[in-house]
This record gives sequence, structure tokens and C-alpha cells, in this order.
Amino acid sequence: MSGPVRHLYVHLPFCGHRCGYCDFVTVTGRADQHGAYVDALVRELELERSHLAARLETVFLGGGTPTLTEPAALARLLGALPTADEVTVEANPETIVPKVARVLRDAGVTRVSLGAQSFRPHLLDVLERHARPDAVRRAYYLLRGAGFDNISLDLLYGIPGQSDADLASDLDDALALAPDHLSCYELEAKPGTRFTHAHGAELGRQGEAMEGYFAAVVEALVGAGYRWYETSNFCRPGREARHNLAYWLGRDYLGLGIGAVSTVAGRRWRTTPRLSAYLRALAAGHRPDRDVEVLDRDTRLRERLMLGLRLDEPLPLADLDGALDPDALTRLERLGLLVRDGGGLALTERGRFLGGAVTAELMA
Amino acid sequence: MNLERIRNFSIVAHIDHGKSTLADRILEVTQTLSQREMREQVLDSMELERERGITIKAQAVRVGWDGHQLNLIDTPGHVDFTYEVSRALQACEGALLVVDAAQGIQAQTLANAYLALENSLEIVPVVNKIDLPQADPDAVAAEVADLIGEDPARVLRISAKTGEGIESVLDAIVERIPAPAGDPAAPGRALVFDSSYDQYRGVVAFVRAVDGTFRPRARVRAMAQGTTFEAEELGFFSPVRTPAGKLDAGEVGYVITGLKDVSRLRVGDTLTGDARPAAEPLPGYKDVKPTVFAGLYPTDSDDYPELRDALEKLKLNDASLFYEPETSQALGFGFRCGFLGLLHMEIVRERLEREFDLDLLVTAPNVAYRVRTKAGEELEVHNPADFPREVEEVREPVIRATTIVPRDYVGAVMELNNERRGHFRHMEYLSEERVMLAYDLPLGEIVYDYYDQLKSRTKGYASFDYDVVGFRPGDVVRVDVLLAGEPVDALSIIVAREGAYARGKALVERLRQEIPRQMFDVPVQAAIGARVIARETIKARRKDVLSKCYGGDITRKRKLIERQKKGKKRMKQVGTVEVPQEAFLAVLDLDGSRR
Repeated sequence: MSGPVRHLYVHLPFCGHRCGYCDFVTVTGRADQHGAYVDALVRELELERSHLAARLETVFLGGGTPTLTEPAALARLLGALPTADEVTVEANPETIVPKVARVLRDAGVTRVSLGAQSFRPHLLDVLERHARPDAVRRAYYLLRGAGFDNISLDLLYGIPGQSDADLASDLDDALALAPDHLSCYELEAKPGTRFTHAHGAELGRQGEAMEGYFAAVVEALVGAGYRWYETSNFCRPGREARHNLAYWLGRDYLGLGIGAVSTVAGRRWRTTPRLSAYLRALAAGHRPDRDVEVLDRDTRLRERLMLGLRLDEPLPLADLDGALDPDALTRLERLGLLVRDGGGLALTERGRFLGGAVTAELMA
Repeated sequence: MNLERIRNFSIVAHIDHGKSTLADRILEVTQTLSQREMREQVLDSMELERERGITIKAQAVRVGWDGHQLNLIDTPGHVDFTYEVSRALQACEGALLVVDAAQGIQAQTLANAYLALENSLEIVPVVNKIDLPQADPDAVAAEVADLIGEDPARVLRISAKTGEGIESVLDAIVERIPAPAGDPAAPGRALVFDSSYDQYRGVVAFVRAVDGTFRPRARVRAMAQGTTFEAEELGFFSPVRTPAGKLDAGEVGYVITGLKDVSRLRVGDTLTGDARPAAEPLPGYKDVKPTVFAGLYPTDSDDYPELRDALEKLKLNDASLFYEPETSQALGFGFRCGFLGLLHMEIVRERLEREFDLDLLVTAPNVAYRVRTKAGEELEVHNPADFPREVEEVREPVIRATTIVPRDYVGAVMELNNERRGHFRHMEYLSEERVMLAYDLPLGEIVYDYYDQLKSRTKGYASFDYDVVGFRPGDVVRVDVLLAGEPVDALSIIVAREGAYARGKALVERLRQEIPRQMFDVPVQAAIGARVIARETIKARRKDVLSKCYGGDITRKRKLIERQKKGKKRMKQVGTVEVPQEAFLAVLDLDGSRR
């Protein structure tokens, strides 16, 4: 028995330390529960397997810090997951030791996304990241040595205390590694985080400078030959993050683990973020609690628009029937923010910098 | 009723000096209402009036005292309704002039006292609130006596709140106010001093019969307007409508007309019997014209029909409200409304918002301008957007303003009036401490932020009143605002030429702050004709995009965008520029004092 879903997300929440800016579902300590959590994931997979197609396109292990998971448990999990064309694991530099690199490689992982964030020690301190710049380089070369030919680096910009020169140096240092893929995010002051409490005012002040940072990132990376294929993502030819692309193309996906989100056939659900409740339910063979959201046609169209306009490929207009305000379309076209080309809708470069505002304006 | 046994009187007072409380006590003491029936301030029936402590619609109540019929004619207590007040006073032979024992004479006290004197009324001075700890009844009595040329000993001292001295007021009404003069045998003449609208019975006229007798079912003619109708019912207020078989000369009461439109029976008109009409109407009828205008627009353009219906309903009760449909490029469909003054405008706006639950955008108020164009055409302009760019001569309404202030603030008031193109007329010490200043000022200078300025520069001690005295030539120009090169009609203003540059500069600066950054640079310009006098640029946003968006947070990010969309919907689209509603109010408030 098989279903239509070809993209699988698996959440591994364990972290050595919860960084101040993070609002993901994470768990620190509890090293003794890694095995039990992996058991629960495997059980959940069995309960949900009917959603999955016989052959998956992508599997993505995100966190948390998946590579912090105890290696034997991680290997057991990877062995239990279905195979796929692309299998990505998120990693923190300090967790990449030769043994872990080998476990990943042997288990069929094809892609590693490395959370570098910055190469400036004082900025890493602000972010509460423990890895030093050299650890990033070491992890990168270890992975290359283990045979990985698809490595992505994450960078953050807009860190309190970051200067234009700091950003330029971070970009230089990242490019010096010649990664296959780069994700560059503006640091968001997310409500309720320790970080926002400590630095919120400073982040507010640098709001305007942030505009220039984004432009500098795009200019540097496009200048270095990367394709700006999504608002915050850059790749060498053929090295798009296929799993993430599935989100942006509006495909269905199944998520396993605490706090994981699935979207299947017009329904979206989020599994409980509470570790103990999750473990208890699956130990008893039940589905853990979930919050369900029904996505009606209009909502799906709005999401299609919001996500599709993040990409550099035109969004087929035929997919958006009724979701667009025709006057806004004309107005934005006249302002040089978007172009209609054949049957597709694409943002111009300036339009991509204003993608959120353009999307809000286009919504019928 | 024998004329000798009738007394018709009003109560005039500055706001909050206790007019309504005194009226309540009179009803109570004369047992027109039992205490149980007594609702505080029964005469101020509209919720809004009660809240603001002002009386908008006059009413008339008949009470009995010492074998006499006393008719209390309530007057609107504000400057915007001077004409209505004067008609109510014309219906009386006397007036109680009520002055607060702590505050003394204020600007409206003066204005009302002069009006009463002009109508040859017997004034009974009353110092109220003598129970207040800070009351100084003797000093205030001396001030009042001096004002009207009366013996200070004859100034009554009462407390309407505690009831002290109410009987002395009633006795003085009987003793001092003359009985009405009139000819019971002559053809009927009655003065319409107010009207209201009853949804079942049409227009109800409040009248003072002067000559003759009026009876139900007779045909009646309004002499100035020529309207005729059958008097469906006659009667008096006690304080509710009480039908009667007739209204005799000297009496005050109501006539139910059955008319469906208040504008067909205007205040000041004279009613007469259609069968045996009087030869001459009573004097003093005036067709009052609105002096202050503003555009009223629904915040949500879908509410336009509701706004139209609401204005129609208000107009039923308020013949002085003027409105006509207007279209603004910036604000869409709305109405240009004319008011008797700023307070009238405030009241209408509040009633629309409160009683009809409408969310309104009100443009900067302006006055009526009489313009002669280069082509020799004469126009009356009610909207800055219609003000011709080429003019030969402009005449603007001018007011005679009376301001009373403690003497330490005389300089501040003079300075303000000077800035507002005022002409000093005279100054008078009412007492050692308090000074009355008389100025002529263009009304256009008052509608813009004058009250706020007067209040702040005199620490709230000034009292102010005015009367429109006519139209005079004024050197004013139209200043337009352009957003991204497009003129925004709703932001045009008419200002004195000498102040145009400063106003234009302040306005574009304020708009730059009020209008959020757009997806492109937006020049904001102020211009007189083709000449730009001030310019600012709202710099474009260079980035407005959610940095991260993956499977786990699509719902949250979608909601953010949907919220952004909602925010946009609250903006007005002016050409390509999204302008928040508040920006349209920027013209009202250039110094930011209302923020």
C-alpha cells in the first residue's frame, strides 16, 4: 500500500545548547533518551507509512542538531528510513567528527547542511554558537573527505554588532570553501526568545542597514556564480535543495517527530512538541497528539503564490486561478516589480527584494 | 389664558454654569415633575448633549407658579447656534442670566447677554453654585450687575444643585419679567423658534403665539417659505407633549404639522392662519447658511449607502445641516457637508459615528469663499479642490471674536490673533483680573487649530465666542499636495498667502512621516499652481520579504502576509501610493498636538 507523498521530514530535536535566537523545537540534555526517541520515530513512520509513495524523492533530517544524536541510534534511524534520491542531514560543525561523517555516508546520506552562521568569533559569541571558525572549516573538509559532493552552508546576517566589513568577510570566508549551496538568513528577533529580550532594541535599530545586507549577500553570491534560486538560497547548477524546493512548489510532505509539520491532501498537522507525550503515545502504539489545520482552496492558492514567488522560476499563472488581484498585477508590472512571461509570473530582481509586499499586494 | 398671567423666559449661561440643573429644579419645585419622575437634566434629551453638557435642541416647558403660566424656552448653548438662540430669545420677554459663582462672566455669558439685550429682554441675573467652596458670589454679582446695568442687590444668589433660592428665581420671573404684549383679536401670528422631527407625525414646530388664537385642524401658512399645512395637533410641553384645544396669544407650545421635511419649515418663520392671514410676518427671519465645510467619507467605501441614509436621517432633525454628494480622487465617494460652525461639525460627526455606527474620515474643515474669477465669474467655493487657480478677488467670512482671559494671558491671545490675521477692535477690563478682547478674524483661521492653540497658550483659562459679521477680501491661495506627481484633492488647503510657504513645508514634512515607505521613491510636494513650494521624498523600501520559509512554518508565514494584506486594505490607494487614513488628518494637525 502506498500514498502520494514523496517528501519526508524527520525532526531530531536534541541540542548540546539552546542558542538564544532559536525558536525551533529543541531538547537539551536527555542523552539517555536518544534511543527511545529513534524507536518512537520508527514506530511513527510505520503508523504514517500509508501516506508515502513507494519511492521517495527526498528525506530531510532537521533539528535540533541531528548529528548530536548518539551515532548508533542515528545509524539505526537512517537504516529504518526509506531511501530517496536526496537525503539531507543538518549538522553543527562541532558534531562532525570522522565517525559521524562515516555513519552518514554509509547510511546513504547524500547531502549535509552545515550551520556555520558566521566566521567572526565575536559574532558567534553573540549567537551563543560554540563552534569556532576553524571548526566550520574542519567539518567542511571532513565531509568532503568522506565523499560528500553536496554540502550547504548556513550563514546569518544582521547579527547585533555586525558591520558591513564583517559581512563581507563572512561571505569571502564562505565562498573560499566553495560550498555547493548556501542559505543566508536575516537574523530574526523572534518573540519570546532570550535573544530578542537581550538584543531586540538593537535589531530594531539596524532595520534599515539590514536592507543593504541582503543586497550585499545577493550581489556577492550571484557574483561568485551561484544561482539565486530562492529568496534566501543560492546554489551551483543542479544543486538546489530538492527537499526544500518541494515546499516552495507546494508539494505534500510528511513530517515525523516532535513539533514536525505535515501537509497532505489539504490537511496540515503539527505533532505535539512535547517529548514525553510523544514518547508515551508511540510506546503505547498510538499516534501522538496533533493540531490539525484544514487548508481550503483559497488558502492553498495563497500559499502557492507566497511560496512560488520566492523562486526564480516563473510561477504558472494557471495554478493561481482566482487568487490574484488583476489591478495589483498590472500596477506591480508597471512598477517593474514583476513580469508576466507566457503563462508564468516572475518577480524582477527588485521585486524579489520586496517579495513579501508584492505577495500581499497580489493576493485577491 | 389672560396675557397678564403669562411669563415667557429663557435661561442663558456659559457652558457648565448650571443652566440645565436650574431648569430641572424649576420643574421640580413647580411640581411639573415629581422627584421620582425627575431624570437629571430632562431637557437635554439626546445622549450626546447630556455627555457634553450642552443643549443642542431647544425645547419649551410650561410650568405653573403663583397663579401664572411660566414658559421656559430652552436655548442651544453654543456659539454655532446663535441664530437659533436669537429666535428662542425673540419668543421670550425675559431671560435668566446664569453665571457661575466661582468662574464669573465668560465669553458665552457676554454673547448671550448681548443677544438678550438686543431682543429687549428683561434680564434677571442669577449667580449660581454659591455652595462651591471657591464661590465668590459678591464679586461675581458685582461683575454681572455692572455688565447689564443692574443693582447688585437685585442679583439672585442660588445653588441649583442644592435647591437653595429656586423659589426666589420663580418669584422674580413673575415680578420682573413683563407679560407678553400681543393682540388676541388680531389674525394669528406665531414665531417658529425651533422644530423637531417625529418619525410618525412629521415636523413638530415649537412656537410662540404672538397674536390671535391657533386651533387644531385649521390650515396654517408659514409666511416666509409659503409652506401650508393642517395643524394636526396643538399643545404644550409639561414636559411631555400635552395636546390642547387652542394656543392663545402669548402662549408657547407646539404644532404638529404632518410635514415630512424639516427644511420646509425653517426656524424664524411666522405661522399664520391660512383663512385669515396676518398682513406682516414677525421680524427677524433669516435663511441661515452654513459657514464651515468638510468632506465626510466612509473609511470603508462599502459604507457609502449607510452614510447617505444617516445624513438623511440627521437632516430631518437639523435643518441647518447641509450636504451634497462629492467624489474625491483620493477618498472615493462621500459628502461635502456644511455646518453652522466647528462645534456643529463635531456634533454631526459624533452622532454619525455613535448613533449610526459609522467609521468616518473627515477632511480638514474649510470655510466658504466668495471668488471672482479673472473671467468675471462669481463663485461660492466650499471645497479647496474647487478653488480656481486664477482669481481676481477672494472674499472670506470674517468673525467678531470675543475672548475673555485672565490679564496675564492678554499678550498670548493678542499674539495668536495677530498670527491669525486678526484686527484688534477693543479691550476692556471686566474686573481687575479679567480682560475682554474683541478682534475681527477670518473664520478660515479659526477652523484650523485655533481652539487648541488658544487653550494651550492660555493654559485653558480663555473663553471664546464669535459671530460671523460678513465677507471681506482676503489674500488667500490654494496649496495643493502632490504625491508621486499626482495632486491629491483631499489634501488641498486654502491658506493666507503670507503663511503658505510655512504651512506647505510643515505639511509635506508631516506627510513624509505619516506615509509608510513604498516600493518606490515617493516625492511629496506642496505647490501653489505650478510652483512647487516644498518637497520631501519618502525613500523606497529596498527589502520586504520573509527571510525563511520552510515546511514547518508555512502557516505562520502565510498569516503574516495575510496580515500585511489587511494592513494594505486599510490604506487609501492614491494613484500608485498607499496612504494611511491618518495621513489625511495631517493637514489638521501640523504641530502634532493631537498625537
